[in-house]
Amino acid sequence: MTDSMQTDSVDPGRTLLAVDDLRTTFSIPAGDVKAVRGVSFSLDRGRTLGIVGESGSGKTVLARSIMRLNIGSNVTTTGTATFAGRDVLSLSMSEMQEQWGMEMAMVFQDPVTSLNPLVRVGRQVTEHLRSHLGVSRAEAHKTAVSLLNEVRIPEPEARLKAFPHELSGGMRQRICIAIALACEPTLLFADEPTTALDVTVQHQILNLLGREQRDRDMAMVLVTHDLGVVAGRTDDTLVMYAGKVVEQSPTTSLFASMRHPYSEALLRSLPRTSHASHTRLAAITGRPPDLIDPPSGCAFSPRCPYVQDRCRDEVPPLTTGGSGDDPDHAFACFTPVGSPEGAEAFARNVSDGLPQAVAVDLPTGDQMSAPLPTGNERIV
Amino acid sequence: MAGSGKAHLRPDDEVLIRVEDLVVEFPVGRGRTVKAVSGISFDIAKGETLGLVGESGCGKSTTGRALIQLPSPTSGSVRHGLVELTDLSDEAMRRRRTDIQMIFQDPISSLNPRRTVGDIVAEPLRVWGPHDKAEQKALVDRMLDAVGIDPDAARDKHPHEFSGGQCQRISIARSLVVDPELLICDEPVSALDVSVQAQILNLLEDLKAEYGLTLVFIAHDLAVVKNVSDRVAVMYLGKLCEVAGPDELYANAAHPYTALLLGSIPEPDPEVVVDEGLVDSGELPSPIDPPSGCRFRTRCPHATDRCAAEEPQMREVAEGHHVACHHPLVAVAE
Repeated sequence: MTDSMQTDSVDPGRTLLAVDDLRTTFSIPAGDVKAVRGVSFSLDRGRTLGIVGESGSGKTVLARSIMRLNIGSNVTTTGTATFAGRDVLSLSMSEMQEQWGMEMAMVFQDPVTSLNPLVRVGRQVTEHLRSHLGVSRAEAHKTAVSLLNEVRIPEPEARLKAFPHELSGGMRQRICIAIALACEPTLLFADEPTTALDVTVQHQILNLLGREQRDRDMAMVLVTHDLGVVAGRTDDTLVMYAGKVVEQSPTTSLFASMRHPYSEALLRSLPRTSHASHTRLAAITGRPPDLIDPPSGCAFSPRCPYVQDRCRDEVPPLTTGGSGDDPDHAFACFTPVGSPEGAEAFARNVSDGLPQAVAVDLPTGDQMSAPLPTGNERIV
Repeated sequence: MAGSGKAHLRPDDEVLIRVEDLVVEFPVGRGRTVKAVSGISFDIAKGETLGLVGESGCGKSTTGRALIQLPSPTSGSVRHGLVELTDLSDEAMRRRRTDIQMIFQDPISSLNPRRTVGDIVAEPLRVWGPHDKAEQKALVDRMLDAVGIDPDAARDKHPHEFSGGQCQRISIARSLVVDPELLICDEPVSALDVSVQAQILNLLEDLKAEYGLTLVFIAHDLAVVKNVSDRVAVMYLGKLCEVAGPDELYANAAHPYTALLLGSIPEPDPEVVVDEGLVDSGELPSPIDPPSGCRFRTRCPHATDRCAAEEPQMREVAEGHHVACHHPLVAVAE
């Protein structure tokens, strides 16, 4: 996976989307909310990118900024997002309308509110086909039936006549995916597509998205708060915190060695079925920062178990590790996980009694390979 | 599964709550009823955490609410110690509720937005005492402190000034201030971020130890349920499928539905190959007209004619591990 990524990235013709220093700010009476604070990444054709972070980390705003869906007089977006050779951020809204559905499409978190409750499913699926491609009603209907077959909806003819409320949540999300795929876009944004769904349905929908992405050689951006979702299903991952990328890496090498303390903390706070019952979770103390007045230095420093004085004043740049590391694995930290500086900083913080360090100082053994805490089981 | 039977119940002297043949139905007009819970039996030992897990619509929340008679079940028995709760008058049940408290999924909408946090947490004390203001304030402060909220900073603020995780802490404080025996947690962390979820789960574990609580933990996330539970009950469409200790259940799932749920969990490890062949043909059938026999048979890869004709009964497959299935995935000594 890593090998193919390296060969791909030297070929500029494969790059579908290149985002450079994207910043999005919302002006509200309390001040300017800096939701995305300088994000850059590139995505090749046919590849999948996961964007992970907590609520308020700016992952959804980033995706919506590229799609130009943050509409309102109080929004400012700067930077560039070059999609197939054109900067989409400088396109007019009527030019964007030709992109939506045709070139880039989006599946949203809540399948209930993203469908029009008063319009039959059939018309919603064929809307793009009719308006973008100008196909006849009969032909659009035929395409819609095959799309519904493809997203595994039983009895597609009957379902096309249904209203959204007559379908279950998983079924509605399949309809949303069918709508997004109708005009064969080259880039699909899936913004928390399964957060509102049951775990069994989530599994089906993620399988469906993966299959469509491969069959159509479509690029996909999967936005999620769940590290478990990106692990098995993306080529590359961006971890976002407070509007910035804190770690960027091929997914396999990210999970093999997490370097940013925030990525490590996110993974460790997940309860996992492979752990014994009553395993103490390594919770992240505190809460995400105020994006109107973000902290100076590293935004994660107030919650970071590895924090040093330098982190509070200076913003760490996004750089790759030393030799021996994956050259595509970048992180923004002065005391990365698994480095001697990191281990030293952590030990110092524990002995100084820093709450966020003490909270995660569980008997875990080797910090470097980041095994999850398994100690502290209570006797039942 | 999706069966009946009581083989998994324990002797009376070990349990705090015993539920037998619980049925909850809701009329939906034209003579039809939604069979939300269809004859389930379980018990909860003192000091234990029972995890109730299943997909949306399986009746897990309805079961939790039936425990505190909100609403009273259609039929069946809910016994708390020696008292049959379904026989109590409204007033007697109201008095009982200090022993059985509940926290809900959405922490923000479960707090009154127009009242201060101090008022919200003191409200149960205004009803049940102590009635001395100073004593009330001391209790409220101690409880807020126990859930990790600074009482001096929070007392005069309103819920909107707090995050979701903090609001959940406040609702936990409100339910514990009357010193209940049993706390029913209905999806307490599913509206929260992973980092905050971990804080709340740790907090519940600490409070359980400190106050000697018994918990019913209702959730759809199997990893979360495993983390907090001493015993897990898997529900499907108003029936119980499988009851076991968490480590046993996750290692040796005997019911095909449990196996399906476990196979669907996204593991945060790219080395784990995603099982795209995991068979799940189906949607949840309608609880108005559930399938005959085993209710899971319409989605079950192992279903046979017997599953349609005969409802499976709970039986033991290992010590403390019971399953209601004709074709369990582990060997059974008949």
